[in-house]
Amino acid sequence: MNFEYSEEQLMIQQAARDYAQRELIKDVLERDARSEFPAEHIKNLASLGFMGMMVDPKYDGSGLDAISYVLAIEELSKIDASASVIVSVNNSLVCFGLEKFGTEEQKQKYLRPLASGKKIGAFLLSEPEAGSDATSQRTLAEDKGDYYLVNGTKNWITNANSASTYILIAQTDPDKKHKGINALIVDKNSPGISLGPHEDKMGMRSSDTHSVMFTDVKVPKSNRIGEDGFGFKFAMQVLEAGRIGIASQAVGLASGALERSIAYSKERKAFGTVIANHQSVAFKLAEMAVKVENARNLCLKAAWLKDNHQPYGIASAMAKQYAADIAMEVTTEAVQIHGGYGYVKEYHVERLMREAKLTQIYEGTSEIQKIVISRDLLK
Amino acid sequence: MKILVLIGNVPDTTTKVKFNADKTAFDTNGVQWIINPWDELALTRALELKEAAGSTIESIFVANVGRSETEGTLRKALAVGADEAIRVDTDPKDAFYVASQLAQVAKGFDLIFAGIEASDYNGAAVGGMLAELLGIQSVSAVSGIQIESGNLKISREIDGGSQTLAMNLPLLAIVQKGIAKEPRIPAMRGIMMARSKKLTVVAPMEVETLTSIVTFESPAPKAACKMVAEDQARELIRLLHEEAKVL
Repeated sequence: MNFEYSEEQLMIQQAARDYAQRELIKDVLERDARSEFPAEHIKNLASLGFMGMMVDPKYDGSGLDAISYVLAIEELSKIDASASVIVSVNNSLVCFGLEKFGTEEQKQKYLRPLASGKKIGAFLLSEPEAGSDATSQRTLAEDKGDYYLVNGTKNWITNANSASTYILIAQTDPDKKHKGINALIVDKNSPGISLGPHEDKMGMRSSDTHSVMFTDVKVPKSNRIGEDGFGFKFAMQVLEAGRIGIASQAVGLASGALERSIAYSKERKAFGTVIANHQSVAFKLAEMAVKVENARNLCLKAAWLKDNHQPYGIASAMAKQYAADIAMEVTTEAVQIHGGYGYVKEYHVERLMREAKLTQIYEGTSEIQKIVISRDLLK
Repeated sequence: MKILVLIGNVPDTTTKVKFNADKTAFDTNGVQWIINPWDELALTRALELKEAAGSTIESIFVANVGRSETEGTLRKALAVGADEAIRVDTDPKDAFYVASQLAQVAKGFDLIFAGIEASDYNGAAVGGMLAELLGIQSVSAVSGIQIESGNLKISREIDGGSQTLAMNLPLLAIVQKGIAKEPRIPAMRGIMMARSKKLTVVAPMEVETLTSIVTFESPAPKAACKMVAEDQARELIRLLHEEAKVL
């Protein structure tokens, strides 16, 4: 067992930290206030290789391991979880599935521009009436011979407007239930696709979230990923990997809040001394640090299993559930430590708290993670 | 054209500085090491020159004097975009010792960049010494380098203004902040490729050191800041006069 990072992993962590603390920090508050997509930052992150971190360099990815991915997402998320979710979705939900299950032709055509970040991708699973219950897909992809005819609505789609490529999960054969679901690669510019309004979210406000409507959209058969009916399995496998990204994001939110709380408590004075000297604050910091460390270790364990080609679904569910829940706790405590200053935007921690909430909801709620974990325990 | 950038391996600028018990050596326990900030900017400018349209720069080498634990710093330079690295395998004892070690690996380069000083001991001596040992011209306090149709243009900040010089090669440029806007962040592919780039380890020469450290002293801790309310100007003047004794 070895807890040491490699020289490359440390350099990648530092590169992400440098970009976040030098660049993302500059306009993160304004983008949050205006719900503005960080287009320039995403371009820069793409040129540094953050949009296809784990993709094989032969498909224009960076060829990193999952440990490096965890470290990079944490660093970006300490400063700007909106930017990190754009990165995470592209990496884990879009590039990962395409590389693992796509045909060579699909990889050349779609994966390369996504991995290099020339284009952005989105993953379309949730529906107005199918969130956690992903088997109840109502969006139809009717088999019309050499193409699928898609009709329906997808909800809460991260990158919906900025993406060029959609990975769409839709029902082809309702009689077969989840075994009739397919995963399709869809060009966002296809006729018949329209977007709902930009969702006015509590946090992660500079990632663009919309619903996406499909009306008689034709998708070539060659754009199906895997065999007919593979879509549900595909989605579940992709989400297994995606959880590592969101768990790391939650770790970043928590560790970012902790770092800010440590700095603040060493400066702010009350009752004649800095508040760090008050045990009530110092103990809070200690408890926050233990939670962050635990959550990070769960993420690294899941990433290590993935890197070593071992099953990591349960580990990633544990990491996601725990990291998301402690992100909420730790960011809330950070606001408490900051007192009144914590409740205003300038000090960032209220934003981290708003953002942490979403990590308990998207890419599988904390409750869904507990279903995954407990089913494994009880099988 | 071949460029060499000298790379210092220095403690991170946020390091808490501690010394050993007899105060003759810096305590390196738990220290994170980085590229000397001036050298990092020099490397950034070298890379910009290489990437510029019509550039005739074939390669950028980086070199340092240090033990194997300093290779991380050299590999970061390779990750950012340097082509090859050279490490002289010895401790950097003093400026003359370092310059002498570098002189054996710095021959044959057209343009050498040295940071004006290193952020650890701030000696500001290696660049000038190295130029003398190599027998090439040097120019100090360089804040800008342009190559226009093969001609080198150097700008320097001087008292009350700036100066632009036309220089011939070979040249050692001792650069200060302003030479490049900010250091580059290495791309992920660069980081992954760094290990496959050539890093040559060279044995040190026998050189006498000219200085030795007698003792280090930490500065006295800063006195506590006294706040005076905005309507208490008289009290402020009294404190400045009687306590701070600056009036």
